[in-house]
Amino acid sequence: MAVKTMTQLTLGPIAYHWPAEARRDFYARIADEAPVDEVYLGEVICSKRAPFHEADLPATIERLERAGKTVILSTLAEVMLKRERKATEDIAEMDSPEIEINNAAGLFARGKRPHRIGPFMNAYNEATIAWMAGKGATHVCLPTEMPAPAIGAAARAAGALGLGVEVQVYGRASLAVSARCYHARAHGRTKDNCQFICEDDPDGMPLRTRDDRPILRVNGIQTLSESYVDLLPEADRLVADGVTHLRLMPQAVDMVAVAQVFRDVLDGRVATGEADSRLATLSGDAGLSNGFYHGTAGYRRIAAAAPT
Amino acid sequence: MSLAELICPAGTPAALRTAVDAGADAVYCGFQDATNARNFPGLNFTPDELAEAVAYAHARGTKVLLALNTYPPAGKVDLWRQAADTGARLGVDAFIVADMGVADYIARTYPGIRLHLSVQAAASSPEAIRYYCENFGVKRVVLPRILTIPEIRQIRREIPCEIETFIFGNHGLMVEGRCSLTNYLTGQSTNMDGVCSPASDVEYVRDADGSMSSQLAGFTIDRFGPEEKAGYPTICKGRYAAPHRPEGYYAFEEPVSLNLSRLLPDLIEAGVHAFKIEGRQRSKSYVRGVVRAFRAAVDDIKAGREANIADLIALTEGQKQTQGAFETKKWR
Amino acid sequence: MTPTSESKVRVRPGERAIARLACLAVQPLLTRVVRRVAAQHPSLFARLGPHQTTDFLIDPVELPFALHLRPDPQALVFRAVPRDTAPQAGATIRGRFLLLLELIDAEQDGDAAFFSRDLEVSGDTEAVVRLRNALDDMDGSLAEETSAMFGTPGRAVLARLRRAYTDATKPREYA
Repeated sequence: MAVKTMTQLTLGPIAYHWPAEARRDFYARIADEAPVDEVYLGEVICSKRAPFHEADLPATIERLERAGKTVILSTLAEVMLKRERKATEDIAEMDSPEIEINNAAGLFARGKRPHRIGPFMNAYNEATIAWMAGKGATHVCLPTEMPAPAIGAAARAAGALGLGVEVQVYGRASLAVSARCYHARAHGRTKDNCQFICEDDPDGMPLRTRDDRPILRVNGIQTLSESYVDLLPEADRLVADGVTHLRLMPQAVDMVAVAQVFRDVLDGRVATGEADSRLATLSGDAGLSNGFYHGTAGYRRIAAAAPT
Repeated sequence: MSLAELICPAGTPAALRTAVDAGADAVYCGFQDATNARNFPGLNFTPDELAEAVAYAHARGTKVLLALNTYPPAGKVDLWRQAADTGARLGVDAFIVADMGVADYIARTYPGIRLHLSVQAAASSPEAIRYYCENFGVKRVVLPRILTIPEIRQIRREIPCEIETFIFGNHGLMVEGRCSLTNYLTGQSTNMDGVCSPASDVEYVRDADGSMSSQLAGFTIDRFGPEEKAGYPTICKGRYAAPHRPEGYYAFEEPVSLNLSRLLPDLIEAGVHAFKIEGRQRSKSYVRGVVRAFRAAVDDIKAGREANIADLIALTEGQKQTQGAFETKKWR
Repeated sequence: MTPTSESKVRVRPGERAIARLACLAVQPLLTRVVRRVAAQHPSLFARLGPHQTTDFLIDPVELPFALHLRPDPQALVFRAVPRDTAPQAGATIRGRFLLLLELIDAEQDGDAAFFSRDLEVSGDTEAVVRLRNALDDMDGSLAEETSAMFGTPGRAVLARLRRAYTDATKPREYA
């Protein structure tokens, strides 16, 4: 296979409520060991969690940048309350690091200053991407549910405008967000008195159907896929289609090793088939899926048409 | 005075005429394709049907709003542009949009036609709403069903456009326009294809004891006892088991419908301009019953009388109703 | 087409002869109704899309027979069938007769009848949704039109049916 050394590996923001100490350890290891080029930080899901790790942010940024990583701050996906509006505005005011916007409130606050478009912004097509580029977007992360032909068309259009193009290639897919906290609900509480019960589930709270099949994961107000998206076998085609950045979403597995697997494949050191079985082992009990990419049910795993 | 306009669903031409005759100030509808979020089998309008519908509505002083409120995937934007062109040619009174590319196209091409921001755009803060107002000239925002009345009042003070809120019907739990649950199980996308739990993937299985299983793409998302009230076969209304809830529970929401009939005066006072009734997928019978009831209620309130809302419980999902977040933020 | 085993189970001995007689009696009416609907509401077929050739079994639980509908404009089928010889249907819609009639006439809402469990649907759900939407786009009342074909006696029968339906407070056991 072709060597894709130019392709950037990124680490998405942690979706879960990991304790502050776990986060510090996690990012220290990422800084020292993970072959990722860019790291997104910040609370994207629940504004109530932010105070727990905000204080650590400057040190984490410094640590990652010292290790040669580009750091990007992500904004909240849902902006409704005063504190959420304020948090979004505060990040939009920053000159550095770079920021990734996940809600139109952030676009409003940012004006025409440069920014990245996050996966919650619904940049599904070339018209929307062109509009966003005209307003200062430098980079766009496409929605996780997009199928290959649309990714290709969007990536070519974005590339022609000089934008970076990112696609999630690993980790649970965000399937929905809500105003209601489902972690709190599961424990008979409401969002306002949740007592941060979501901290108990570092990889989400599993839901099983009436016929006892695992299906979804609850993470506070967010609902995620049970399976981990895995587009390692599709990495070649993504890059050929103009995708410049591949996003790994942090899960409660060895993310350094996961990043290494992707880097090895991009650099042509390990064959995709062998790498993908390593990835399956690293992912533990989680099933791997690529259905969205292949235009079918997201949970499905479609085998590669031909060996690469 | 346009205060307290009643915005009513129309899934078919007959439903549109029913809504108009029952007293709708405006009806909203869509074409038979992915350009709207109720792209259900056998539902919606051909261009010819829409032309007749516009004539029928306009002759009776009712407006027609065209929903173009899905997100075109790259490479397919033309379908949405053509739908906008057709709608403009047929004289619709407003477009309901969510995608920025679609909004930008309409704002540039048809500056004389009103743009309404769909709930699918999920604009839930003054800043987000102002983004669409300032960039696309949006005249009205349809608010997500997640805000309390004090929050709506506060938003009203900070935005330059009208507010439309849902008052009756299906009670969406997930942030609209950000939900891929259906696509995860079926391969059809709510945002890109306009479908939610497509009927082609739904199966109801009757068990020996008279109970019924709701299956979506082969996953049993709920099971109802013989006498138990049922709901829509959507993932967000299903029952699941969690580690400490092994018996299974409604993890997201019970089958329940939104009914804000008792809050209408408060909503008007908070500055809401238009009330939206959900249910393009529902029958003429539903449209007639709900529109008549709310027409009478709104007229009573406007005349300074106590509103007397007819009982609509029979039309609600699971035969249960809620005031959701509008009543209390404890709902969250 | 093979009879469904479920239908066989539900037929009690002695009912068969009655069912056959009833089918014979009602068939001319059904033929007239369906031809009339097809002639007056041609747009109905477009909404059915690919399900014009689906076999629907409409099962009014308290009647001695079921109805087999295949809404194919080229070869329209609408016939009364004894349950034990009912065809293998692509989709089955089951409920009390007047409820089914009122659904067709938009006197009742199908989703509401489904939520309350008065209406039961099995088989191809998309077929049922398309049929529902196609019928719902039809103006006028099928019940009124049909009863009017029989003049005053017809209308009297319909009125009696409606009273009987309204009087029935609880859905009865029909399994």
